Amino acid sequence: MTQVLTANRLGDGQVVFLTADGNWSTAIGDSLVAADDAFAEELLALGQRAERECEVIGPYLIEVRQEAGTIEAVAIREAIRANGPTVAYGPA
Amino acid sequence: MALVKNGELVNDPFRDVTGADTIPPDGAVLVSLEQWQDHCHSLQRRPDPVGVLLESDQHPEIIADDLDQIAVVALAFPTFRDGRAYSYARLLRERYGFTGELRAVGDVLLEQLHYMQRCGFDAFQLDGEDPARDFAIAQSDFSVWYQPASDGRLSALRLRHRRV
Amino acid sequence: MYRYDEFDHRLVNERVAQFRRQVARRLDGELTEDQFKPLRLMNGLYLQLHAYMLRVNVPYGVLSTRQLRKLAMIARRYDRDYGHFTTRQNIQYNWVSLEDTPDILAALAEVEMTAMQSSGNCVRNITADQYAGRAADELEDPRVWCELIRQYSLLNPEFAYLPRKFKIAVTGSPNDRAAVAVHDIGLRMHHDDNGRAGFEVLVGGGQGRTPVIGRTIRDWIEPEHILSYIEAILRVYNLYGRRDNIYKARIKILVNALGIDKFRELVETEWAALRGGELTIPEEEIERIERYFAPPAWETLFDQGEAMRAQAAAEPEFGAWLEANTAAHKAPGYMIVNLSLKATGHEPGDLDADRMDRVADLADRFSLGELRVSHRQNLVFADVRQQDALELWRALRELGLATPNIGKLTDMIACPGLDYCALANARSIPVAQDISRHFTAVDKLHAIGDLTINISGCMNACGHHHVGNIGILGVDKQGQEFFQLTLGGASDQHAALGDRLGRALPQAEVPAAIERIVDCYLDLRAADETFLDTYRRVGIKPFKAAVYDDTAEVRRVA
Repeated sequence: MTQVLTANRLGDGQVVFLTADGNWSTAIGDSLVAADDAFAEELLALGQRAERECEVIGPYLIEVRQEAGTIEAVAIREAIRANGPTVAYGPA
Repeated sequence: MALVKNGELVNDPFRDVTGADTIPPDGAVLVSLEQWQDHCHSLQRRPDPVGVLLESDQHPEIIADDLDQIAVVALAFPTFRDGRAYSYARLLRERYGFTGELRAVGDVLLEQLHYMQRCGFDAFQLDGEDPARDFAIAQSDFSVWYQPASDGRLSALRLRHRRV
Repeated sequence: MYRYDEFDHRLVNERVAQFRRQVARRLDGELTEDQFKPLRLMNGLYLQLHAYMLRVNVPYGVLSTRQLRKLAMIARRYDRDYGHFTTRQNIQYNWVSLEDTPDILAALAEVEMTAMQSSGNCVRNITADQYAGRAADELEDPRVWCELIRQYSLLNPEFAYLPRKFKIAVTGSPNDRAAVAVHDIGLRMHHDDNGRAGFEVLVGGGQGRTPVIGRTIRDWIEPEHILSYIEAILRVYNLYGRRDNIYKARIKILVNALGIDKFRELVETEWAALRGGELTIPEEEIERIERYFAPPAWETLFDQGEAMRAQAAAEPEFGAWLEANTAAHKAPGYMIVNLSLKATGHEPGDLDADRMDRVADLADRFSLGELRVSHRQNLVFADVRQQDALELWRALRELGLATPNIGKLTDMIACPGLDYCALANARSIPVAQDISRHFTAVDKLHAIGDLTINISGCMNACGHHHVGNIGILGVDKQGQEFFQLTLGGASDQHAALGDRLGRALPQAEVPAAIERIVDCYLDLRAADETFLDTYRRVGIKPFKAAVYDDTAEVRRVA
């Protein structure tokens, strides 16, 4: 299962994804992708540390699909969370 | 754990024997409801004061008739979300007329001390580096209250219509 | 409306200062998320699907234009230029940051508003009839009592950690527009033979995964005792409500488990000890609050019904609006006007900051500087001169707030659903949009008549689907969104829970299914029957056949 690590930023609450350089990005496309469970667990441990350090809250892994250089969440919920509401008035 | 009573850090004279098989022959002790019920006569004959710890599913009505024999009622908060003891405290103070020490023990958030104090608690078992300071901070959050409770503070409603 | 005095101001300001300290402690890491969560929730701050969401109370739905302009400012400055009005007469901001929240709360405090207890296991915003104090059919103004209960419940030290959330609604009219029967406590005001007001108290109503219609625990209580009676109920609930299972923790479960008679006995015993005590409301306090809700200086006007009918004849669109979106006012020559937040294809209950400002301007000009929020997610101007109706309609139409559909099929309640909500299983808003785009013909909407559609994105039922004449519940089936229909629900004085129609449908099939239900009703209805009348007479069977037999056939053909 291919996974990425997501969380919300503590200060502004924005949805973020863990990147390869250890930062957090608001774009799912910037995510560091874990191709196996062992690596995914390592990502989760990093996320939990970031939570203890008051950077993010509620880190968890989500399943993604990689196609033509893009990363997309598999579940509808996670896709909406990554891309914003599917109705008007969403993020600019 | 430290005990803050009436806003000050105090030594807890009560030995917590709630988990113990036997109750020591002298000294102030804190016993469980079961111990109180099982050893009521011997406990009442002790020269030293006795406290009773009630779990959050033990309604203080059970000991309402014994309250003049009890120096401390400790009410347990198994988690800070369990709010039953707020009601127990008010009943103890306002309905059963308990005037001894009412102690909050267990999972207690700083933010809740104020509510507890309003409901009639006067002693708090607290963690932290400076519990007395924490308590003072928690008490200073508010200076106006909408409801009458067990602390005798006048509600906003009373203050509004107070005859000068 | 009620205005804060020095005590109210002080309390709210102290609360803001307290939360500012708590937020600082959280950002510094002194508080963990586990410890902070109940604190932020009791200040209305959730973490939702995308970001923090702040739920601001509009106490019993009453807003001044000054407050609405402040809400617009907050939307613009701290959010993304809009807010969402909810079924609890609150407004939600979907994109606030934690760092800004103390400033937002301070801005709200300036206009006598708070987000206190809009979440958490405590007494929530007190809700009421959106026409309170103005409706022609009203016996008593519930706002006076709502305000007393609001103050009583705010930061109540005994009831801040109830087993679960607690909702109270009040109606002063025999025609219940506040859905009191699906609240933890519902209060109905009545008159006795001498014309003195009193309360009938309902308890244990609620929606969610175990919907229950509240039952009368006491059919009469004098108003000065209402707080002590509420305290007796809250205390019994606090002591005996379940705390081991979040899904069984609401008061309705306790009432059902004990039975209403045993529950009543416990409450009455408790009340016997409280009665006549400190919580008895002094006459002078009732009078003080009543003064805030004294009727405004209405002009002496004549009824303009005939003139409006003439205008309506000349301008049928205006006529349709007049028929659907206005209600009878107490004072001659005045009317109540609903602003529909349900324009075709619009997100139910959403309003952008610019239009909030424009609405405030209109309320200043046409409705004595005040407005209301309804639990059906619309706005209300409660004091409009009938002679201004046409002008107001034109102004509202320009803002897209004059869709003539109040109480009609497209006046749907919809929760934010999976587009915003962390708990949702399915998206509610797109379903509402689809239905709204499917039923655009005003003639048909008006021919169908009064019909409520309520949509929830999960079984928590924020969209009141159980009590919609047609209820729509979003469910997740192996990662796909499906929608379960119920028929026959109602939230008024004849409240009822809807019956399940059949298997859940994919989103694309929902509008057509609604159309079949509606056509079936139009075929079967006798004379003046509403949808609900017909449904209650004929039962679910014909509707089931209309929806499923037909779809089955379409499927086979396809």
